[in-house]
Parts: sequence; structure tokens; C-alpha cells
Amino acid sequence: MRPDELAAQVRERLPETVVARGEVTSVVDRQDLLAVLEELRDDPEIAFDLLSSVTATDWPRRSPRFWVSYELYSVEHHHRLRLKVGVGDQDPSVPSVTALYPTADWHEREVYDFYGIGFDGHPDLRRILLPEDWEGHPLRKTEELGGVDTRYRGAFVPPIDRRT
Amino acid sequence: MGRDLDALDLDATGEPRQETMVINMGPQHPSTHGVLRLLLELDGETVVSCRPIIGYLHTGIEKNCEYRTWQQGVTFVTRADYLSPFHNELAYCLAVERLMGIEAPPRAQVLRVLFSEMNRIASHLVWLATSGMELGAVSIMLFGFRERELLLDVFEMATGLRMNHAYIRIGGVVMDLPPGATEGIASFLEVMPGRIREYESLLSTNPIWVERNAGVGVLTAEDAIALGVTGPALRAAGVAKDVRKDEPYSGYETYTFEVATGDAADCYARFEIRLEEMRQSLGIIEQCLERLREPGPVMVEDPKVRWPAQLEVGPDGIGNAPAYVKHIMEDSMEALIHHFKMVTEGVKVPDGEVYQPVESPRGELGMYVVSDGEHRPYRVRIRDPSFVNLQAVPRMVEGGLVADAIAVIASLDPVMGGADR
Amino acid sequence: MPVERLEGFQAGKTADETEEEVRRGILLTTVDRAVGWARKQSMWPATFGLACCAIEMMATGAARYDLSRWGMELFRASPRQADLMIVAGRVSQKMAPVLRRIYDQMPEPKWVISMGVCASAGGMFTNYAVVQGVDTIVPVDVYVPGCPPKPEMLMFGILTLQEKVRTQGRFR
Repeated sequence: MRPDELAAQVRERLPETVVARGEVTSVVDRQDLLAVLEELRDDPEIAFDLLSSVTATDWPRRSPRFWVSYELYSVEHHHRLRLKVGVGDQDPSVPSVTALYPTADWHEREVYDFYGIGFDGHPDLRRILLPEDWEGHPLRKTEELGGVDTRYRGAFVPPIDRRT
Repeated sequence: MGRDLDALDLDATGEPRQETMVINMGPQHPSTHGVLRLLLELDGETVVSCRPIIGYLHTGIEKNCEYRTWQQGVTFVTRADYLSPFHNELAYCLAVERLMGIEAPPRAQVLRVLFSEMNRIASHLVWLATSGMELGAVSIMLFGFRERELLLDVFEMATGLRMNHAYIRIGGVVMDLPPGATEGIASFLEVMPGRIREYESLLSTNPIWVERNAGVGVLTAEDAIALGVTGPALRAAGVAKDVRKDEPYSGYETYTFEVATGDAADCYARFEIRLEEMRQSLGIIEQCLERLREPGPVMVEDPKVRWPAQLEVGPDGIGNAPAYVKHIMEDSMEALIHHFKMVTEGVKVPDGEVYQPVESPRGELGMYVVSDGEHRPYRVRIRDPSFVNLQAVPRMVEGGLVADAIAVIASLDPVMGGADR
Repeated sequence: MPVERLEGFQAGKTADETEEEVRRGILLTTVDRAVGWARKQSMWPATFGLACCAIEMMATGAARYDLSRWGMELFRASPRQADLMIVAGRVSQKMAPVLRRIYDQMPEPKWVISMGVCASAGGMFTNYAVVQGVDTIVPVDVYVPGCPPKPEMLMFGILTLQEKVRTQGRFR
């Protein structure tokens, strides 16, 4: 289906649907997430059976702060949809979709590792890319880039994010 | 010590006690394709459970991109999946170009396709070389790298580097092909089909190769899609998913090529599919060379977007063309200021988000780019196929023999730089 | 094949070295030289390829830039059988203890080549995830810069190390 057709179909369930740059993006509440995903997967005309990616973005000056986005793809119809769930700072957790899409396992672990967003119902939520005993969630905008000062021609040059 | 062999360990019911052995494979291991760690629970030689542990090559590329300009993002992203650098760059640049609403000129698109397909062949050659070596066919290692050198010569001629090129940039490619490049590619095209036949004659009907690969690591289409597996592993199960055909980019819809699929969904099918993909890529490269006969610009004209410098091959390698250096240093102050601004601050990308998929040699490589209107990326997320494909390893390995675990991982062709980023 | 001699690069013996030899007696220096020659001729590297530099290291061992010309075609998987560790690629924080353990498992005498800028100094990745130079973890003998270094650069680094082993090794 073309993006506008898909958007028309999806808008019935998800009123906040936008078409931009050839992509369809919908916003969904976290309590409706699993139900919506199951409907979208089982509807034969939409048939989103491949979850490409689960990721998150940190917008510290917006509310809610974290936006978890799911990239869905249909192998049969070759169309895509992006679902976004907004999660606040106080209780950053989202239901896990591993029951519907087993591939979400490692993606959600990575989001937890980088942002500290919990996934309820995930079989094994622990850090994946950073060492097990790492403290902090580095991809949050409030965390520093890290790295050491570089000594260059007698001066110490700090890492990029601390340079003025 | 020194117990009678007949006096075995018996448990409460009088049965010999079964214990499984937990073995750690990696991260430093010659056969795990990089720094992958497998925690294997073995019952004799059979794998009872397998847990892949990744993260030993985590480089923080995504966080680092947020602190560099959009153009510098190309150099970071290209080192994620280091065996297919052009695909990383292409996905990133296409995503940024979609955010900006611009399109690269036609000749640049042909060059992008040309280098992507050459990269596909180079990556499959490394896969063939390392898989062969891991499974015991050591000569294939030397043959694979021998052919790869021919490709790397062309890459070095055109981009200045053998790997991690930063050639595909926002708005096009940074330089046109130098003289001698098309001849190099044409001679490669003559030599390669014979070499692929050589690999086939060495491996395809070799009883040891068939024994180690046929029927090993079966992953059905249902399981593959549920686990998010894409690329040759999914096509081996019969699903003809290829981003170049389903969601074409950079002009792929105008090229004639076929998508190789298989039926058996095992390691041998993946082996055959990759050999066939190499052949199809040769066909696409030929079509590209035809289209490159007409000259044209390789970078957009818009001065607010294009990389300001003109690069040229000089006596000491690729660098700024002397005419351009004279222009900015002597002729025009505005040009110097513009060059300075474009190189240090870079382009400004309107805000929005985009997910751009690309068919890398390992599967669907996606780049999710978010911009907030500044001259730095806000979020760059690399959906790497190796990261996702490695989740399928337990499914394929459990219940099989330990030695098959190596064949399975080799057939998935993971690159840990992409999996860990 | 004409070889360019770099200024300041001492390939033979200096005057001080000759004096030292005379002081220590002729027999020991001959043994020294023999052992030094033998050690450099048949150095076995341990496989420690991590990232992009590992591919260039494999290319250096492959047919065009043949490492077996210098006795190094055999990359030993077990560190117990190796005497050279080429750290090829970026070392992440998770990999650092593994690197140190592999280095400790190698028997003496052992040498380390840090291949690529990521191993030498952290490379372009000055961030939380990459160790800013493996010389913070293991002692390094030769640094080979490049991203990734061409096989010829790695070969030069290996030859430099071989000169170092041949001339500065002391057999006790």
C-alpha cells in the first residue's frame, strides 16, 4: 500500500497518524501498544510481521521525555510504519513486545542499556553492549560523552562535548 | 582418583548422572568471526543451550555522532559494519538527504550503486575466505583475499583508502572516478566469473563441504521473520526479501538483476545464495559501467549542501585540487569563509526523523536519523543486520553438534563491528 | 627491491653497542645474536583481531602481502603458543580485561604491536566506550598508526619490531 492509503487505514485505530517524507508515523499510548501491534500484525491487508528496529530518543526538554519507536515492515506488502510511544522520566517503562515479535529481545535490551527504559515482561532484561557492572545510561542527553583529555603541544584538550 | 571404571557416579535412582558442561567460546577465538562470545552448555558434543554475548566491540558510534557535524557522521558510521563501509555511508547519506529533501545527481547515484555492489562482492569474498578457513578449507582463505585485493585496488584508486572510505557524502560522492579506474573494474569483471567457478569447483560438490553445511543450521521462514533475520539467511528459507527490489533506492529499480533465493534454509543454501549474489553484482557493475560513459556532476550544486572542496589525485595522493586551493587562498575571501563554515559547521538539516533501509551483504541495514534542525545529528541509530541475525544463533545451534555452531555462525556472516557499534 | 633507508633509523650496530659487546665477552654476544636472530625469524603472532584492522591484518597474511616471508604465517589461536600480540582494532571497555588476560597468558619473551590508531590512542572514538590506547593496559613495543594501516605499514611495523628484537634482546 502507498503511504497515504496505509495512513488512512491506520488512522481508524490510531488517530495521531502523520505522513511525512514518504513515511507513516503514528503515536500510541503505552497501555494500548500490545493490542495495537497484535491487530496490525494479524490484519491481512496490513500484515506487519517483521519488526525491524526498536529504539529510543531522549528529548530532555519535551514532555514526555523518552520516545520509543518501533519500525514495522510487512514482508508481503512492502510497506512500513513507525509507532512511537512517549514515556516520562518518572516511570520510564514500556510493555515488552517480545511475546509478539521475538526479535525485540535484543533491541529492548539495548534500549534499556542506553536509556534505562524498563520493559515489562521482557524475559531477560539486562545490559547487552556495555559491561554488566556499568553505571549510568550513556545515550541520555544528560550523560557526558566520556573519553580522556588529549595532551597536545603542552595543553590538555578535553573531549568534544566539553570543549567551548 | 583411580576409581574403577565400573563404579560410575550414580544418582538416587541408580541411573548414571547426567551433567552438562558449560563452555565459554570466545571472545578471543579464531572461529567466531570477531569478538563474539558464546556460552555453550554441552551434553557431550550436543549443544543443549547457547547464549551469544556481544558488546566486546562496543564503540559508542551512535553517541559520538551526536557531537559531530552531519558530514563527520559519515566517517563514524562507515566504521560500524567495517566489511561493508559503502553501505553504511549510503544508508546514512540517503537518510540525511531525505531529511533535507534533496537528491544526488544521476551520475553520483550510479557511482553509489557501483561501489555498493563492489563492496558486496568484497564482503562476500571475506565471508568465503573466513568461513572456508574455519571449516577447514584453508586454501579458500588465500583465494578469497586474492580477489579482494583486486577490488581494494580500485577502491584505493577512487577513494584513497582500502577500507572505511568516507566516499559517499551528503549530496553525492566526493570525487569522480580517476583515470584508470574503469579499466581496473573492467579487468576485474573479466577475471571474476572464472574465479567464482573455481570456488564452486573446489567447494560445491566437495563431500566434506556438503557434509558440514547441508542440513546444518536450518532456520525456517517463520522463525526467521519472527526473529527479524534478513539477508541471505532469510532468502535461504525461500522468502525473496531484498530491499533493492522491495524499496528501491539510488536508482536500483532501473537495473536488471535477480534476487537469489533457496529452499533448504540451511548453511549450504546460504553459501550458494552468496555465490549467486556475487554473480548478480557483477552484472549490475557491468550495467553501471555502461551508464558511466556519459559525464556529469557527482555532487549537488547547492553551495549550502555540497562538500566545498574539489579533490584531485596528486603526486602524493588524493587531496584538494591546487586550482581550488589557489581559488580560496588567493582569489576569493568569500570562498574561503564559505569553505571554512562548511567544513567546520557543516550543513543544517531540517528537523524530522527518517528510517532508511539499505540492502547490505548481511541483510537489511537501516539508519534511523533524527534531526532537531541543528548542524549536528540529534540521534543516529544503526539498525545493523548482524545485531539482529545473531539472535537467531541459539535457534539454529541448539540441538546440534558443537562443530556445527561454527558452521552456523559462519553462514550468518556476522560482523561484530556492526553488531556492537 | 630498492629499500629506502630512513634517517635516524639504526639497522646495524652503533659504536656503543660494539663497546658493550666487547665488554661482555665474545661468546655471550654471539649467543645473544643467535638467539635474537632466531626469535625474530620465527615470531608467532596470537590472533587478536578485533575490528577493521583485523581485516587488514588478514590481508597482510594473505597472498599479496605475504607475512610468511618473515616466518609469521602461523597465527596461533592459543596465547600460550604465541610470542607476539598484534592488537588490531578498537578495544572496548568490555574487552579490556580479556586483552589483559590474553597478554598475561603469553609466556615470556613477548611483544606487543598496537595496530591502528584506535589501539594506539583511542582513534577517532574519544568516548566512554573505547579504551584510549592499549598502552594503558599492556606495554606496547611498536605503534602502527593508520585507520586502518595499509598492509605495507603493518609490515614496516613488524620489521621494526624484528630489528628491535634482534638488536636489543638479551639472553640470560
